[in-house]
Amino acid sequence: MTDIHDYLAEFDDIPGTRVYTAKRARQGYQLNQFAMSLMQAENRERFHADERVYLDAWPMSAEQKQAVLDRDYNRLLDLGGNIYFLAKVFASDGLSFVHAVSTMTGMSVEEYQAMMMDGGRSPDGVRSIGDKC
Amino acid sequence: MARITHGIASSHIPVLGFAADHGKTQDPIFKPAFDGYRWTREWIANEGKPDVVVLVYNDHASAFDMNVIPTFAIGCAESFRVCDEGYGPRPVPSVVGHPDLAWHIAQSLILDDFDMTIFNKMDVDHGLTVPLTMMFGEDCKEWPTTVVPLAVNVVTYPPPSGNRCWLLGEAIARAVNSYEEDLNVHVWGTGGMSHQLQGPRAGLINREWDNMFLDKLVGDTQDLRHIPHIEYLRETGSEGIEMVMWLIMRGALGRETRCLHRHYHVPVSNTALGHIVLEPVDGTVPQSPTFEADGAVTTSIDQ
Repeated sequence: MTDIHDYLAEFDDIPGTRVYTAKRARQGYQLNQFAMSLMQAENRERFHADERVYLDAWPMSAEQKQAVLDRDYNRLLDLGGNIYFLAKVFASDGLSFVHAVSTMTGMSVEEYQAMMMDGGRSPDGVRSIGDKC
Repeated sequence: MARITHGIASSHIPVLGFAADHGKTQDPIFKPAFDGYRWTREWIANEGKPDVVVLVYNDHASAFDMNVIPTFAIGCAESFRVCDEGYGPRPVPSVVGHPDLAWHIAQSLILDDFDMTIFNKMDVDHGLTVPLTMMFGEDCKEWPTTVVPLAVNVVTYPPPSGNRCWLLGEAIARAVNSYEEDLNVHVWGTGGMSHQLQGPRAGLINREWDNMFLDKLVGDTQDLRHIPHIEYLRETGSEGIEMVMWLIMRGALGRETRCLHRHYHVPVSNTALGHIVLEPVDGTVPQSPTFEADGAVTTSIDQ
């Protein structure tokens, strides 16, 4: 039997990564359900017509709503968002995964694409916060 | 009798569905990815043709939202519609199920101690439709196989362990082997390989680890079933965890496998692409420790 506390604690040791644990799932429940609502074309139209009005119909925190308006995906991850759900937001904006994902890395889209074409980000040095291995 | 003839593992990268749907498969960025499936497309059309594919995939917050989170779910419907993931549904055929086999597998798995969720109405997303496109081509008016969708939670933690996935594969093999109709059954594991779609560490690719994983799907080693979640996350990125689904496929092929085709390519969008076609060599799987028919329960009580 895996110790649940040890199991969860390890996830906090991965640099630049937010693992979607139960704690985050609880925090982000309404945010992620809002994102799911954008799977319907009618809802996408209503959202894009007035994002603030649409968001205010969801019992999300003010920080979560603002981060959606800002399309600040790192902030949304910190506030309990999950990337599979948040994908509905950038898909409805007409953005590709590469474009949206690159916005979280501190690189320009071009720099990020160049890194990927060159084989991607090496795991060396980003396996662990503690070990820097 | 139904029998598992082959196993296939494949990434299910959404942009490949986009490329296929928009006539871009020969664009320089996508051509190497599609070229790697050419062998499989010819083989599957001529020799490897399945009657049914047990297609192991993960729903990407499409059919299952945060209201219901099944660890293992099996689709028993007559057919499954293609869902709208935020940019309209892919223009591909609906997926035709195999309700008789699906229900048989579901019942067998439950008796074999797997707590399956059964769904009879569900739309399927790119996790299921992109592998069909990659194996059968862009021009299908209907898919040339029936499909039993088997969805695995790899979104909300914890997902099932690699060992649990391997055991589920073995249980699927026992279920298929006990189905009386003469059917060629494939088991496909989809998703992976290394990719991270989130945060400052996005874009992580680990060629060495991915190829180690591909190597160990072949032959009789069972090392892969013991890899902990944290290793997938550290070595292959947060979404590399999808590879546990390949272990369901591998477990279903029995003790030993042979590789018929293998393809690895970086990059496609944010990810590495992995694809391998396997054949069982020694397809034996352990008897269930719990099935009443095998007497194992009685033995343990007596002891």
